[in-house]
Amino acid sequence: MTIPEIHIPAILPSVVLAIAGIAIMVADPFLSPARRWLTGWAALAGVVLAGLSVLVLREHFGLSYSNLWTVDEFTVFFHVVFLFIIGMTILSSMDFIIREKLPQGEYYALLLFAGAGMLMMSGSNDLMMIFIGLEILSIATYVLAGFRRTDLKSNESAMKYFLLGSFASAFFLYGTALIFGATGSTNLNAIHTALNGPEIQITLAYLSAALILIALCFKVAVAPFHIWTPDVYEGAPSPVTGFMSVGPKAAGFAVLFRIFLTAFPTLQNRWVDGIWVIAALTMILGNVIAVAQPNIKRMLAYSSIAHAGYVAVAFATSSVPGISAALFYLLAYSVMNLGAFTIITILSRSEDKLVKIADYAGLGTKRPGLAALLSLFLLSLAGVPGTVGFAGKFFIFRSAVQSGLVWLTVIGVVTTVVSFYYYLSVIVQMYMHAPKEDFGNLRSARSWNIALFIAAVGTLYLGILPSRILEWTAAAALGVLR
Amino acid sequence: MMNNLILTIITFTPALGALLLLLQNSRNIRVLRTIAVTTTVLSFVFSLHLIAHFDSGSPDFQYVINAPWIPSFGISYHMGVDGISLFLVLLTTVLTPLAMLASWSITERTKEYFIFMLLLETGMIGVFCSLDLFLFYVFWEVMLIPMYFLIGIWGGDRRIYSAMKFVLYTMIGGVLMLVGILSLYFLHGNATGTYTFSYTAILNALATGQLILTPTVERLLFLAFFIAFAIKVPLFPFHTWLPDAHVEAPTAGSVLLAGIMLKMGTYGLVRFSLPYFPHMSHLFAPAISMLAIVGIIYGAFVAMVQPDMKKLVAYSSVSHLGFIVLGIFSFTMQGMEGAVYQMLNHGVSTGALFLLVGIIYERRHTRSIAEFGGLAHRMPLFAGVFLIVSLSSIGLPGLNGFVGEFLILLGTFGVSPAHAALAATGVILSAVYMLWMYQRVIWGEITNAKNALLVDMNLREKLMIVPLLILIVWMGMYSGHFLRPMDAAVSRLLQQTDKTNLEFALNPK
Repeated sequence: MTIPEIHIPAILPSVVLAIAGIAIMVADPFLSPARRWLTGWAALAGVVLAGLSVLVLREHFGLSYSNLWTVDEFTVFFHVVFLFIIGMTILSSMDFIIREKLPQGEYYALLLFAGAGMLMMSGSNDLMMIFIGLEILSIATYVLAGFRRTDLKSNESAMKYFLLGSFASAFFLYGTALIFGATGSTNLNAIHTALNGPEIQITLAYLSAALILIALCFKVAVAPFHIWTPDVYEGAPSPVTGFMSVGPKAAGFAVLFRIFLTAFPTLQNRWVDGIWVIAALTMILGNVIAVAQPNIKRMLAYSSIAHAGYVAVAFATSSVPGISAALFYLLAYSVMNLGAFTIITILSRSEDKLVKIADYAGLGTKRPGLAALLSLFLLSLAGVPGTVGFAGKFFIFRSAVQSGLVWLTVIGVVTTVVSFYYYLSVIVQMYMHAPKEDFGNLRSARSWNIALFIAAVGTLYLGILPSRILEWTAAAALGVLR
Repeated sequence: MMNNLILTIITFTPALGALLLLLQNSRNIRVLRTIAVTTTVLSFVFSLHLIAHFDSGSPDFQYVINAPWIPSFGISYHMGVDGISLFLVLLTTVLTPLAMLASWSITERTKEYFIFMLLLETGMIGVFCSLDLFLFYVFWEVMLIPMYFLIGIWGGDRRIYSAMKFVLYTMIGGVLMLVGILSLYFLHGNATGTYTFSYTAILNALATGQLILTPTVERLLFLAFFIAFAIKVPLFPFHTWLPDAHVEAPTAGSVLLAGIMLKMGTYGLVRFSLPYFPHMSHLFAPAISMLAIVGIIYGAFVAMVQPDMKKLVAYSSVSHLGFIVLGIFSFTMQGMEGAVYQMLNHGVSTGALFLLVGIIYERRHTRSIAEFGGLAHRMPLFAGVFLIVSLSSIGLPGLNGFVGEFLILLGTFGVSPAHAALAATGVILSAVYMLWMYQRVIWGEITNAKNALLVDMNLREKLMIVPLLILIVWMGMYSGHFLRPMDAAVSRLLQQTDKTNLEFALNPK
């Protein structure tokens, strides 16, 4: 047994994030309360540094740490997506934390740790490593969901998320144990090789794949494993909800793709059908139930379930164009959904006073800028051409038709029409009803403006000129589909 | 160089105007109006270039621009016009400035209003120019959003319901068409090896037999496209969104909705359904013709009993659009050319009717026919103009409507005299509902005291109606000016859909 070589450049971004998180925790008590806002910008600096270190990562493709860790285009792509998500979440949290008088240092440290967990998930090549990444992410997120600790709903949210999340983790571990029993390894490549070999206990492998699939379906919130989502999203602080709706979801899909396409392609004929059903169910349930939601956070929770359904459609193709489209969609969804949640954060006021859709009445006359941006993000979520949401859906449906999943595509496009109804009903409130609330003394801080600017430009730019990102996602998809 | 860019310029001038408006102070209504009118007029002036340099003898697409957009998927920015789309582009650039002039009564959120109107124009022109299926779909869908806002914000009492109904109806057809487009794209790609959304490439592959669709596939694809277009037209029984949308929309919205957006449905039939799926077009032609005839007669009867002028005009559109569909599915030169001509006529006449209804609505804030009567006493000029437009809509010989309807009936008669006879009743019924409305609104004594103080049309209103009057007479007298440039394109369409050229038998089994 040799001690594996320590190859820091291959894990540099996660190391940077972790160090930044620790540094913020240590520095926080030494700062006077009036200057603790600095921690937010420090966290952002950490994210930017981690982003720069992705450039280093690109120079170190390949396996390292006894094949526990792999760096390929897929890893790099998700590093960028996750860092983008963390950065945007920090930007949309800064003034929220001050307004709600929440402790700052811990908040940013937890966000950075969650980020480090996600980065680990994207590059892990071993089920145990993936599990560790998953837990780092999850535990940080449980705490974040309950961060408004005096608020009952926030506590409920954290508790529910924790209980069901632990349940999912148990499923994941059980699946890992079974596949270890069947193949004698937890390494994804080794599992793949073993599954193709003779004398394999195939039933055990199927069982394991099913358990792991269920665990990850919990994490990405697809039907029928989505029940926890609305309550958790509603209770969590708004920027955390925004983060949860994109971060853990994207990370969950990243490992889902990695595990099933690297380790379990042999079992593909079975799980593809399962994904088909899950995708159809998720799109239908998510979109239909969202119609009935009076609370915008709950509505977007169901919408996030529905969007996971579209990604599942792409996953069901298990082809390069499909996975490429799924990656594009995860990025697209992050851009537009974080934009929408930033506006919800700005408007929500302390203790989520204004989160009913009816509270948005007349926003178009009172705050035309915010209303126009929220409309843009909602229309993008609905999939209006010219926005990134449309480009993403189009690529997914294209890949689905290519793989012969025409009926799944029909379900997808029809449920998209349903989604227009609930996204547009927010716009109806904003523009077509008289104002009820006085939005007058809202102040839009610089950090929020930066976040909104990035999200709006991203929504339009990627919607009109998606070519370059698309080439990148195609290369990334090749990373897992060998 | 100019020829390559001209379509882009025409399409995006309004969008640029919208961008310019975005930067203006929303209080300064005069500036907003000036920018809106100027950009649409500019777009019109540019579109004159199209007619000036158009080669009438060629059936091909002209002013073509083709640049890669998303090359890895074979999506390109591909635009061009032929004899059919040329006039539809012109119709759009003519009607939109007039619709802008009809928007003076919009004093709330004027800035947003004009921005949406301008974006709408960009979308509509884009639909008529696109030669890439993806681009076509983008324009087709993106245009819904400005219209949604126009109805939803500046509409009448039931505006929210109507706007939502309009979007959902059109959207459901649109997304099914998207599945159809994608299927066609892969069928073409798998057959030929080049994956492209190019309209012409796919058409060539279908025509040369490189891409052969099995009857089942062709039927599904035909339906996927047809339903989208039928909802937009709207063909009976998909028409229920139309009266709601029309009644609630502001005047300018109704003008563009009836004048141009409905034509996108019939244009789609001509541009896509017929040449792409000729077998199924023939197979379904009898059923579609029946629906068209039902629409003609049903629309006319329902129009007759409407107490609301706008609703009356809306149902008359269902009737008129039935004629157009009937002409298209007659597969004769006269019928098809008449249908394209009637698209323009309907745009001009119905656009004018909605403008006129808007003029009295602005004065009285009601459109109920019973509220009026004896307007000729107070508004003689209005009465005269209204008469000409009504007669044009009815199809009086010498005015534009006659030419289109006559050609359609002529073409249909050659194929099925029974269909022509049934459709001809629509002409008679249109005289009944239009003239009866005219009589109740214009003639007689002034019975309602509120009408006693009405003033006649002002300069702005004259300005917006005069171009349409000129067109009504011009298109009625010199139809050749408009029909000759269409000839080449229509006869090629006819050749593409000629029964004798189609290979397999049209037996439903």
